[in-house]
Amino acid sequence: MESAPLAAITLGGLQALFDELKNQGYRVVGPVVRDGAIVYDDIGAVSELPRGWKDEQDGGHYRLVRRSNDARFGYAVGPHSWKKYLHPPLQPLWRARREDDRMSVEPERAVPERFAFIGVRACELRAIAVQDRVLLGGAHADLHYQARRNGAFIVALNCSQAGGTCFCVSMNAGPKVDSGFDLALTEIAEGGEPLYIVAAGSEAGRKLLSALPHREAQSQEVAAAAAIVARTAASMGREMQADDVKELLQHNLDHPRWDEVAERCLACGNCTMVCPTCFCTSVQDSSDLAGLEFSRSRRWDSCFTSDFSYIHGGSVRTSTRSRYRQWITHKLASWFDQFGSSGCVGCGRCITWCPVGIDIAEEVRAIRESERPSAAEPSGESAAGGITPVKQR
Amino acid sequence: MSMAAEGAASAAAGVAGKPAGPDPWLPRLGRIVSRRRDSRDAWTLEIREQIPQSASFRPGQFNMLTAFGIGEVPISLSGDPAAMDRLIHTIRPVGPVSTALAQMRPGAAIGLRGPFGSGWPLRQAVGGDVLVVAGGLGLAPLRPVLYALLAGRERYGRITLLYGSRSPDDVLFHREIVSWSRRQRIEVHVTVDHAASGWDGHVGVVTTLVPRAQCEPQRTVALVCGPEVMMRLTVAALHAHGIPHEAIYLSMERNMKCALGLCGRCQLQSVLVCRDGPVFRYDRVRGLFAHKEL
Repeated sequence: MESAPLAAITLGGLQALFDELKNQGYRVVGPVVRDGAIVYDDIGAVSELPRGWKDEQDGGHYRLVRRSNDARFGYAVGPHSWKKYLHPPLQPLWRARREDDRMSVEPERAVPERFAFIGVRACELRAIAVQDRVLLGGAHADLHYQARRNGAFIVALNCSQAGGTCFCVSMNAGPKVDSGFDLALTEIAEGGEPLYIVAAGSEAGRKLLSALPHREAQSQEVAAAAAIVARTAASMGREMQADDVKELLQHNLDHPRWDEVAERCLACGNCTMVCPTCFCTSVQDSSDLAGLEFSRSRRWDSCFTSDFSYIHGGSVRTSTRSRYRQWITHKLASWFDQFGSSGCVGCGRCITWCPVGIDIAEEVRAIRESERPSAAEPSGESAAGGITPVKQR
Repeated sequence: MSMAAEGAASAAAGVAGKPAGPDPWLPRLGRIVSRRRDSRDAWTLEIREQIPQSASFRPGQFNMLTAFGIGEVPISLSGDPAAMDRLIHTIRPVGPVSTALAQMRPGAAIGLRGPFGSGWPLRQAVGGDVLVVAGGLGLAPLRPVLYALLAGRERYGRITLLYGSRSPDDVLFHREIVSWSRRQRIEVHVTVDHAASGWDGHVGVVTTLVPRAQCEPQRTVALVCGPEVMMRLTVAALHAHGIPHEAIYLSMERNMKCALGLCGRCQLQSVLVCRDGPVFRYDRVRGLFAHKEL
């Protein structure tokens, strides 16, 4: 890409970045510690960053623990993702009003709020690109998402620490950021005050960087930054063989493993809430008591609810088995058919935040290892009516 | 407001740079012109838009209809595609929204978006026979195709309608079916699952009518709409009758909230029903019938 030399900034330079973004009208959001977790929220000063913390993650397990240095970005990812800003949990759509038997409908203006995201990981950049394809890439663009997306300034971060449930390497989604950012940082935190090696990924990023107090990065600093990312890549907490997972799952829609996982799955929907690519929504209508004012809003929904698949007469997916299968086959298989890419970026949130620790990588492995030719055969009952079941090859 | 680095492109620009069109979530306004009962529990609404649009649609398409303050549901267009100024929808009250819609009186305000979705393959049917198989309310999304077939009657061979209904009281568009049949322009066979006194027609599920269809299987296009189990059994009967899978079309149904491909609710494994359907050639969705709860 661009051969411009990398820059180096100190914490003071990072503060100048926050200040400059604020001056330019951005709402700056980044990582902060809240309720024992690292979450994304409004942030004004570098002193609010999670200094000296790392996150210990495993299936159904998340703890903040002290690290040996003062890194501000020494964690992997928390329960939040940037979709809470770009595709918010609750989005008003329109209002209607009845006056003298005349109705009128007004759209909720797509507010062009301009966010600056601080510390966007490679897997999260990939997740944003996935949501771009879903929400903007089809025949109908979502105007609310579009307005927020167009206004966003992205400060990405190369990961210096792999989480216990991370598998971005398997999904070819990290840990090094490659495109889709304005500025990209690598934090070098060994030996006291952290230093940030900065690359610009856009014209806006280059201009902003030139306005910050910075110097050219020395070659040993650049090498140290590269070594940090390489170390992260080599220490993934999980892995998934992803090259043929689409075919594997689509051939095994009636595998007994679905019953086994359904024994453990609570159908709580946590995985869908923390997933940075899950985009499904429901709508909700309301009116005042007089029946004169009406509105519709949309909110995040989960394929684990019974309402999700309701059509007249009942839900299509009544069993937990079918709901878990829907989620994982959509994420790893039918997402390719629908949107041309995987729906999984290997961030590991669904593993960490599952209350019973169900592990998407482990489920795939279990199906792979126990795949038998007969497992792909539908039961006699579901093949009723003399229809020959197809086995996709 | 001070702008980001005066016109400098950020990483987001260009990624999401499509021009903003009209908001596809926003309903247009219409009013109910008339309401008629078309079976024991189905009502047909005629809607006129407040700002008249070209109401042209392809048979098989649907609109999203809003009962203000209650909600929005997908309802297929059941009227004549050639009647451009009126929108016709046939509704059975099953949930809160369809109940509110079915109760709407002339003059009531309604919201609508659409038309959405793929239509029945009329072009592929030209020059051959057409077999229309409907179960229950599934006749509603097939009525526009019958209007279109009758309007271009000379372009098709034999046209047959096989219609199965729960009981005689549930038979939809009864007078019209009689008139289609009387005028001999299409062959009509109606069956009911449960007969009542006074019914002298066929009794049994709709698949039992398939052998009666006077069509040449190898040059027939079959259009099927009804409950999923009915469609599954019908496809088997049609196939046994000699109609190839590639000539069978189905209208699928899943929960829908947006009809825009944005809400994810109408997923059916590899397809989104609103975006890729609702009308599918059978071989495209065949694998989905082999598994429960997809």
